[in-house]
Amino acid sequence: MSSEKEPLFSAKNLKLITTPLGAQNPITIQVLGICSALAVTVKLEPAIVLSISVMFVTVFSNLIISLLRNTIPSRIRIIVQLVVVASLVIIVDQVLKAFAYEVSLQLSVFVGLIITNCIIMGRLEAFALGNKPWPAVLDGIGNGAGYGFILIVVAFFRELFGTGNLTLPGLGAIQVIPDVFYEWGYANNGFMILPPMALVVVGIIIWVQRSRDKDLIES
Amino acid sequence: MDRQGNTYTFLYASVMVIVVAAILAFLAQSLKPMQDKNAAVAKKMDILKSVQIESTAADAEVKFEKYIGSNAYVLNINGEKQSGMEAFTVDLAKEVKKSDAERAYPIYECKLDNGSVKYIIPVRGKGLWGPIWGYVSLNDDKNTVFGAIFGHKGETPGLGAEITTPMFQDPFKGKQLFDQGGSFASIEVVKQGQSQGDLHKVDGISGGTITSVGVGTMLEDCLVGYEKFLKN
Repeated sequence: MSSEKEPLFSAKNLKLITTPLGAQNPITIQVLGICSALAVTVKLEPAIVLSISVMFVTVFSNLIISLLRNTIPSRIRIIVQLVVVASLVIIVDQVLKAFAYEVSLQLSVFVGLIITNCIIMGRLEAFALGNKPWPAVLDGIGNGAGYGFILIVVAFFRELFGTGNLTLPGLGAIQVIPDVFYEWGYANNGFMILPPMALVVVGIIIWVQRSRDKDLIES
Repeated sequence: MDRQGNTYTFLYASVMVIVVAAILAFLAQSLKPMQDKNAAVAKKMDILKSVQIESTAADAEVKFEKYIGSNAYVLNINGEKQSGMEAFTVDLAKEVKKSDAERAYPIYECKLDNGSVKYIIPVRGKGLWGPIWGYVSLNDDKNTVFGAIFGHKGETPGLGAEITTPMFQDPFKGKQLFDQGGSFASIEVVKQGQSQGDLHKVDGISGGTITSVGVGTMLEDCLVGYEKFLKN
C-alpha cells in the first residue's frame, strides 16, 4: 500500500475535495458550523476572511493529526485534537491582529470560536485519524471550502440586498446597486442584515440544493 | 513503549504541551510589535475622529502628527502639566482605578485647518458587559463639546453597541460641561426624549439603558478631574 502508486489527484482524492462542496456540504447537509454562518455573513469581507481562516485550520489540523495519528494515545486523542486546533486558531488570531487589524475587530470573538466549530473536530475524528496526510489535507481543503463557499454565498446576498454594497478585502465597500435604482423607489431591505435572514438564506440554499439532487431528500 | 500505557500518555501530553507553548510564545512575541502598532494607529484614528477628522489606517499617523503632533500633555488634578509623562501612552484602564487625586489626566490639543483649537479628553468606564471608552473634544471655551466618539469591547449589538453610531454621538455636539454658574455639571445620558433643550443631557438608547447610563457615569467620572484645567 504505497501512495506512490496512486497519483496525487486521483479520482478518489479529488472526490475528497468535491463532495464537501456538494453532496456532503458541512453546512447545508451536515448542518454544522451554523453559528458563525449566522454571525459573520452581514458583510462579504469578514465572511471571506473567516472562510480562509477556517480553511487554514481544517487543512493544517487535518495534516498534523494525520501525521501524528499512529502516535496519539487513544485515551487522550480528543485532548490532543483540541490542543492542535486551539493552537492553530491562536495563530490565525494573532496573525489577523498583526496584519488585518480592522477585520480582526469585526470578527472579534468568532476567530476564537473557530475552535468550537464542529466541522473541524468532526473531520479530525472522522477522517484525519484514519487516513494518510495527503488525503487528510485534501479533505481539509474540501471541507474548509464547502463551509466557506456557503458563508460567502450567504454574505453576498445579505450584503447586496441589505446595504446595496459589496465589501471586498483590500477594496472596501463597493456600491453595486446603482443610485438610479434608489431614485426609482428601490429600498435596501434592512431585514437582511439581521441574523434571522442568514437562517432563511441558508434554508433557501438547502432547498435549492435538495430540489436539484433528489438523493439528498430524506425519506 | 506501550502506546496505551500511562507513562506514554503522560510523556506524550507533556511533550506536546511544551512544544505548542514554545511555538505560540515565539509567535506572539514576534508579532507583538505589529499588533501594538495597529492598536496605536486605531487609537489615533479615534482621537482624530472626535474632532471630525476622518482618517484611514494608512494616513492616521501623518494626520495625527499634523493636527496634534506633540501638543499632548498629562495633567494632575490641579490642572498642572506633569513632566516626564506622555499623554499617548497613559493607560486609562489603570488610571481610572486610582483615586481622583492620584490619576494622570492626559489631554490632546488639536489645531484644525481653520486655526481653531480643540481640546480632546480621553474617557473610559464600564458598560454592561465590559469596558467602554471614548474621546470628547471641547471648543476653545473649554466648555462646549465639539464632538464625541465612543467605543466598547462587547456591548450588545443593536442595543448598547449603538453608542458607536452617529445617532448616539451627534447629539453631544454643542452640549456644555459647566452650568451657567460655572460649576461642573457634566453631561447626563437620559431616557429618550427627555433631553430636549437641556445643555447637560443627551438621549440614551432604549434597550441599552445600562450602557447609556455607563456613558454618563464615565463622562462625569473622567471629566471632573479636568475641572481646574478647564476653568483656567
